[in-house]
Amino acid sequence: MTLRIGPRTSQIIAYCVLLLMTAITVIVLFFIIGYVFKNGLGQITWQFLTDRTRDMGKEGGIFPSILGTLFVTVLAIAIATPLGVGSAVYLVEYTRGGLIRRIISFGADCLAGVPSIIFGLFGFIFFVITLNLGWSVLSGGLTLAVMIIPTIIRTTEEAIKAVPRAYREISYSLGGGKLDTILKVVLPTSLPGILTGIILGVGRAVGETAAVIFTAGSSLGIPTSFFSSTRTLAVHFYILAREGISMPKAYGTAAVLIIIILLINFVAYRLMHRFMARYY
Amino acid sequence: MILETAQLNLYYGKFQALKNVNLKVKENIITGIIGPSGCGKSTLLRVFNRMNDLIKNVRITGSVMVDKDDIHSPMCDLTMLRKKVGMVFQRPNAFPLSIYDNVAYGPRVWGITDRKTLDEIVQRSLRAVDLFDSLNDNLKSPALDLSAEKQQRLCIARLLAVEPEILLMDEPCSALDPISTAKIEELMIELKKKYTIIIVTHNMQQAARIADDVGFMLLGELIEFDKAKKIFTNPRDTRTSDYISGRYG
Repeated sequence: MTLRIGPRTSQIIAYCVLLLMTAITVIVLFFIIGYVFKNGLGQITWQFLTDRTRDMGKEGGIFPSILGTLFVTVLAIAIATPLGVGSAVYLVEYTRGGLIRRIISFGADCLAGVPSIIFGLFGFIFFVITLNLGWSVLSGGLTLAVMIIPTIIRTTEEAIKAVPRAYREISYSLGGGKLDTILKVVLPTSLPGILTGIILGVGRAVGETAAVIFTAGSSLGIPTSFFSSTRTLAVHFYILAREGISMPKAYGTAAVLIIIILLINFVAYRLMHRFMARYY
Repeated sequence: MILETAQLNLYYGKFQALKNVNLKVKENIITGIIGPSGCGKSTLLRVFNRMNDLIKNVRITGSVMVDKDDIHSPMCDLTMLRKKVGMVFQRPNAFPLSIYDNVAYGPRVWGITDRKTLDEIVQRSLRAVDLFDSLNDNLKSPALDLSAEKQQRLCIARLLAVEPEILLMDEPCSALDPISTAKIEELMIELKKKYTIIIVTHNMQQAARIADDVGFMLLGELIEFDKAKKIFTNPRDTRTSDYISGRYG
């Protein structure tokens, strides 16, 4: 006699297995965040956020690193967004799904999976040495931009492809040209998808260590121009922990980093929601 | 004749979708094109504003004259043609924008940026489709919140905003309930005073109710074209009488 499991039982088993998997994922996630917060939140004071870093990070705050992170990330996004969105529009709207598009899409997929330290090395050799930009906000921003462009291209591409054909037809039938259609119909309707890509990019940029330590440097001064060397929060955290300078400060920095990422995501999704609610 | 085709053939690759179509459309009346699914009526309609240009491997022979101009001649300005010959699609396809921005889309494409002019055009177009009063000035609300019938009215308003001469309607009521359909039909009869309307429909009753001239198509051929009354009471061709008596289709 073969063992048979009734449909009801198999449903219950499937439900339990899936629930367990979800539970494990969520628990691990909350454990990490909880652990960092438990050790780090106590460190966060107004002074910690606004003070200069002293004694290699053993004393003082993390203000220079907050500024550095902000500058490098904003620069990276400002460079990567137009390039990424522009390429995606070109790929979808102008190449008609030919060989070029497939090659570029494949390339973008590969690039998105390349370890960030490779981008760091490339940025170091190309931006820091060859272009002689030195360890600077500019080198760091450019390197991060190169790193997140593939993500933005791919998400934008998918978002644009999802715009119903009917919208384009209507636009053409009203006498609209290709450019009108792209600017006034395709991009606005795919904006939520494009924003998602940019948010993913911001997340990667803010939390990146390997790519910026080689390119933006690790100096602790307050960055004053594009050419200042700077140390981002992630790098600061890495150095504090690795060199054993101060574990409490390291946890404090990590907590700030997590809070920043949560905030960015929260604000971005609120904005997106509000935008969608206006029209959908 | 505002629109005239002569020996019009259309091929999708090797498949011939239209065979030697000779059609004469008079101004300010409703011309109905009927026929079973896949007979080429939508394809024919999409020839008139050259929407088939968007599809690969389409080949057209013969002539199509709109206002005595050959629309396939290299001299023809495609955007001008599409301004003149507008289209209402099967599904009410409002853009996910506000009502105002939907109607203002066409005029903006045509370079009108002045707020006051746009306001006027939007108001006039919405009034022409009997939508303005029921909106109570909520022009900024999302177009997709409107009912299907109102969305279809909005789509017609969006089209009227570019001041076309000919309105192509591709089964404009097939996504609507009977009451909404009746209202859109009333609107079409109102609109023919100012515009020439060509409507494709698989609904014979609809063609009988609103069309002045009717063409019957079958497998890419225009079998018969005449006054609606003639087609529905005394058709010349047996295929036409078979179709309208419901023997196939």
